[in-house]
Amino acid sequence: MSVSPNVLGSRSTGDRVRGTAFYIVLLVSVTIGFLLLGVLLVDVVRKGIGYVDFTLLNEPNSSDPQRAGAGPAIRGTIYMMVLLLVMVVPIGVGTALYLEEYANRERWYNRLLEINIQNLAAVPSIVYGILGLAFLVRGIGLGRVLLAGALILTLLVLPTVIVASREAIRAVPDSIRQGAYALGATQWQVVWRQVLPAAIPGIATGSILALARAIGETAPLLLVGALTFVAVNPTILGSFTALPIQIYQWVGRPQEEFRLLAAAGIIVLLAILLTMNAFAIWLRNRYQRRW
Amino acid sequence: MSDMESAPAAPAKIPGMDEKLLEERARETTSTKREVLFDVDTLNVAYGGVPALKDVSLEIYKNYVTAFIGPSGCGKSTFIRCFNRMNDLIPTASVEGTILYHGTDLYGNEVDPVEVRKRIGMVFQKPNPFPKSIYDNVAFGPRVLGWKKDLGDRVERALRHAALWDEVKNRLKASAYSLSGGQQQRLCIARCLAVEPDVLLMDEPASALDPISTTAIEDLMHDLKREYTIVIVTHNMQQAARVADMTAFFSVEVDEERDIRTGILVEYDQTPTIFTNPTDKRTEDYVTGRFG
Repeated sequence: MSVSPNVLGSRSTGDRVRGTAFYIVLLVSVTIGFLLLGVLLVDVVRKGIGYVDFTLLNEPNSSDPQRAGAGPAIRGTIYMMVLLLVMVVPIGVGTALYLEEYANRERWYNRLLEINIQNLAAVPSIVYGILGLAFLVRGIGLGRVLLAGALILTLLVLPTVIVASREAIRAVPDSIRQGAYALGATQWQVVWRQVLPAAIPGIATGSILALARAIGETAPLLLVGALTFVAVNPTILGSFTALPIQIYQWVGRPQEEFRLLAAAGIIVLLAILLTMNAFAIWLRNRYQRRW
Repeated sequence: MSDMESAPAAPAKIPGMDEKLLEERARETTSTKREVLFDVDTLNVAYGGVPALKDVSLEIYKNYVTAFIGPSGCGKSTFIRCFNRMNDLIPTASVEGTILYHGTDLYGNEVDPVEVRKRIGMVFQKPNPFPKSIYDNVAFGPRVLGWKKDLGDRVERALRHAALWDEVKNRLKASAYSLSGGQQQRLCIARCLAVEPDVLLMDEPASALDPISTTAIEDLMHDLKREYTIVIVTHNMQQAARVADMTAFFSVEVDEERDIRTGILVEYDQTPTIFTNPTDKRTEDYVTGRFG
């Protein structure tokens, strides 16, 4: 009854070497990613941290780097994000609900809609900018105003919000819908009282991440005319600027101080982004459901 | 095995089946006067044109427990879902034939499936509580029907009816997911009872539960049939014999050429007859364990 030593013998050396080599490749990939990000962060923080102060957060831009700030740009960005949220969430969630709960997938127009949304998510943002310029700014004569910028960003992130909301709605198990129907609930009651509440954490997370993408967008805003020298606080129907645009403009200046100011602007933008992402993660963990 | 040693000379049709229980069942069903609640006539169900259930006709009696048994894929779950029009939720499903309920065809043009489901409740195979509190689970049905008066009393009554009240009365605000599987299933039954249905449809209500919870659900069915008519799908023949007054045996007809499996009703009779003296050879093979 002795077990032959071969039964529990070791694998061939070739397998071991391949395994170790693969592990090393993975480690290198991770290190490269982290290192690049780390170097960028350290560089930006080292240069810009001295300029993050009340002047930066509050004052308008100026040709004197000591007095220049990004106040109107930060406020423009915040206004735009609020407008964006108000527009993108109802439209996005509505579309997702229609596609998941109501649409008959046998119909050609619903399939077309679905393919379109998937494709729209991959369209480069500059194309949205051109659309905004041609259709919103010139076509319906909205002009180069904050609302036009918010509308373009809405279009830009709408597919992302729709896709995220659909995932969240699809994650609600069918047994819950069936249970509700079996009690004599109408489709409206099932969707409104069961599906939507259960999907809200996922929808919120997706929306925040979409917002985080929109906040860093520069190209489409340049095209709809986000001015770089706005000295007054933005209004919905007035000319405006946004934080990424301000950074872009400062980077282009010849004076060294403006580059440091740009680094400070990047820190502010990153801080807002990280806060939003952290909030999304917290939301996801807080309301995580098990079925 | 001790069962084998103590087996009588003439073995029971089903190993372990309680003969006394069956006799008692037989007395119960013959002594009461039958009142037809559902009259099913040549019902055919198809999914995307492929027949799933063929020419089923039977009557279901008021205040009886009726069991549907049969091998997997014999259409018994499809059939039970016809009674509250749950098949309407599957876009490709089509139902032909009639199910008369108190004389009205459930599939008539003027019938609203939402009204049907209000009267005919359903408990599913896997407990499916809503991701809400225990109280809100039971209150959901009354709320969607707009019954706002005495909601608390109604919830308590339903929970008492489902024999769950004593276990949850101190934590009605707790999540329904904090309950055990058996408690969750009783919560789902309470949820149905809260809308005061006529009929309870149960699609393998105990198949995901442990033996003790199963016993609790079976006892509950026995109590509930005084007020409700119960239709149950079960894989477990002992369970059918324990709880059901009437039993319908379904089987599968296989069309080899087109690779289609269609459910058919083989035999429908009083439970003791089905288990001890079936007419059809297929029923006998199934209940004695030679098939399925």
